[in-house]
Amino acid sequence: MNRSLALGGGALDGADTRRRRRLAVGLVLVLLLGGLAGLATGSDGLSLRALWADLQGPDTLLLIGHIRAPRTLGAALVGALLGLAGALAQGLFRNPLADPYLLGSAAGAGLGVVLVLAAASAGGAAVGLAGLAWLERLGLVGAAFVGALGGVALTLSLARGAAHTLRLLLAGVVVGVMAGAVSDLLTVAAPEALRGKQAFLLGSTSFLGWPALALLAVGLLLLLTVVGRFARALDALTLGDDSAASLGLDLPRLRLVLVLVLSAATALAVSQAGLVAFVGLVAPHLVRRAAPGPHGWLVLASTAMGAALLMLADVLSRALVAPQELPVGVVTGVLGGAYLVWLLKQRGAR
Amino acid sequence: MRRWFCTWLGGLLLASGAALAQPVEVHDDLGQALRLERPPQRIVSLLPSLTESVAALGAGARLVGVDRYSNWPPEVAALPRLGGIDDAQIEALVRLKPDVVLASSAARSLERLEALGVPVLRLKSDSHADVRRSLALLAQLLGTPVEGERVWARIEAQLAAAQVRVPAALRGRSVYFEIGGGPYAAGTGSFIGQTLARLGMANAVPAELGPFPKLNPEYVVRARPEIVMGALREQPALRARPGWQAVPALREGRLCGFDDAGYELLIRPGPRLGEGAALIADCLQRLGTGAAR
Repeated sequence: MNRSLALGGGALDGADTRRRRRLAVGLVLVLLLGGLAGLATGSDGLSLRALWADLQGPDTLLLIGHIRAPRTLGAALVGALLGLAGALAQGLFRNPLADPYLLGSAAGAGLGVVLVLAAASAGGAAVGLAGLAWLERLGLVGAAFVGALGGVALTLSLARGAAHTLRLLLAGVVVGVMAGAVSDLLTVAAPEALRGKQAFLLGSTSFLGWPALALLAVGLLLLLTVVGRFARALDALTLGDDSAASLGLDLPRLRLVLVLVLSAATALAVSQAGLVAFVGLVAPHLVRRAAPGPHGWLVLASTAMGAALLMLADVLSRALVAPQELPVGVVTGVLGGAYLVWLLKQRGAR
Repeated sequence: MRRWFCTWLGGLLLASGAALAQPVEVHDDLGQALRLERPPQRIVSLLPSLTESVAALGAGARLVGVDRYSNWPPEVAALPRLGGIDDAQIEALVRLKPDVVLASSAARSLERLEALGVPVLRLKSDSHADVRRSLALLAQLLGTPVEGERVWARIEAQLAAAQVRVPAALRGRSVYFEIGGGPYAAGTGSFIGQTLARLGMANAVPAELGPFPKLNPEYVVRARPEIVMGALREQPALRARPGWQAVPALREGRLCGFDDAGYELLIRPGPRLGEGAALIADCLQRLGTGAAR
């Protein structure tokens, strides 16, 4: 990356600005087209003519208004949160392979979901009736959210704060392995939980409705506002700890804030759509390749890129085998994997 | 009918002879021949439906071990648990010295067992026809070949009785049976789909989509099923799905929710499938009287 640009304060040369403008326009176009495709993809597959017929029909509000619109927008918002979290993770760890699930949030959310499923199948016997009622009220969405934050909290406590990124990564791996083992053990004891666990691991945008959407939108706006205030600091962080400290940054506090924001974004996303693979990893990558820039730009563009990616993946998951559906995480996994292979070949050719 | 009678008669003659001491030979669903010197006296079942079949054929006492999911008849609770088909406890299983291990399709554990000299019988059980065939096959293996058709005749009678009980007003109505929250449906070609068809009900999910398709939720809203069936505990959440309030069955409360034991009975392709059909008929009768009021 061009170090002189990393601070964002220097003069931007025209070529980079143009690239960024082009990417921004492209992303807006893709989002608009993706939105249209999302509205036009029903249980009969992607068809503008069918959309037209549905708009004339008696069930417009039901099919388009209550099912497809919130689902399409919801996929975009979940993707946006993952893109945002991915950009933060890669900036924070100064590692292009970092992804939002690294800090124990994915494993924690998975454990939360399995806990609720297993408790429900074991009935009152295992957790007591009061506990069961509490878990049912919490629901799968709540359990995933609490689990994700719990996973990160555990990671932070194991790493004794966010001051050392390497320790943070290691603690994240530990939490991931342990939470995964516990949830596997639970599914052996309560095999009924297996199907629900699988659905969560594969990711799903099937049941996103307007209430979920409101939550996602408010969360995204809040988190973007916070990140906006710390974007400059992230730029400074890319120069290395010493330089950043010499600029007067309180590094431990900065890292903690970033970890909290990225965890909240991840928790919000996975609680609504399960563990959608690869979006958080690939979105910032694509942005950096197409139009690198300071973190303010990078985070915003990655957010839009994540939104576009998951929106398109959702359309594909509905359209490819309609009226059946592929799990959206499988689609993003295949697309993300293909992109990385392509990237490898590019690097190899050079 | 005549053929059935002949088999029955032939079986009766065979059974009256010294069938119990005769060598038995059967071919499993992979076409592998299994030959035993005498009908097996020590049986391990790694599949709940096969455990039930052995018991239904009157040989429950010959079971010496079962997998962790087998839970019927209640007596199996006392038997050693040997894990599942994919993680069978080989050592504990071999120690039981079974004459035969009953299992479903291929799994690594089965190859290991065969290498250790334990005979394995692989039986598919995905459909009504599978249940009937494996009952006949097991009956032959157990040295009581008549029993297979006798048990199946009882199942047939249960199915017929359940079919008669379906209220005329509900016959032919479309049913959406949800097997999992994906949403995964039990299609026309599935085991449950066959039971529903036998009861004279229409299925909202056609056979082309396969036995258990993961559907676009919109498909269900468009299909407008008149009755929704599934696990009782998952049903409160159905109405909360975007747009599903418009599904006629949900709007008008035509739901068949089955408690855990009943649901398990329904989705298990075994000799209790007639009881499963009766559960569905019970619910349809309840809905029928509600509709008449």
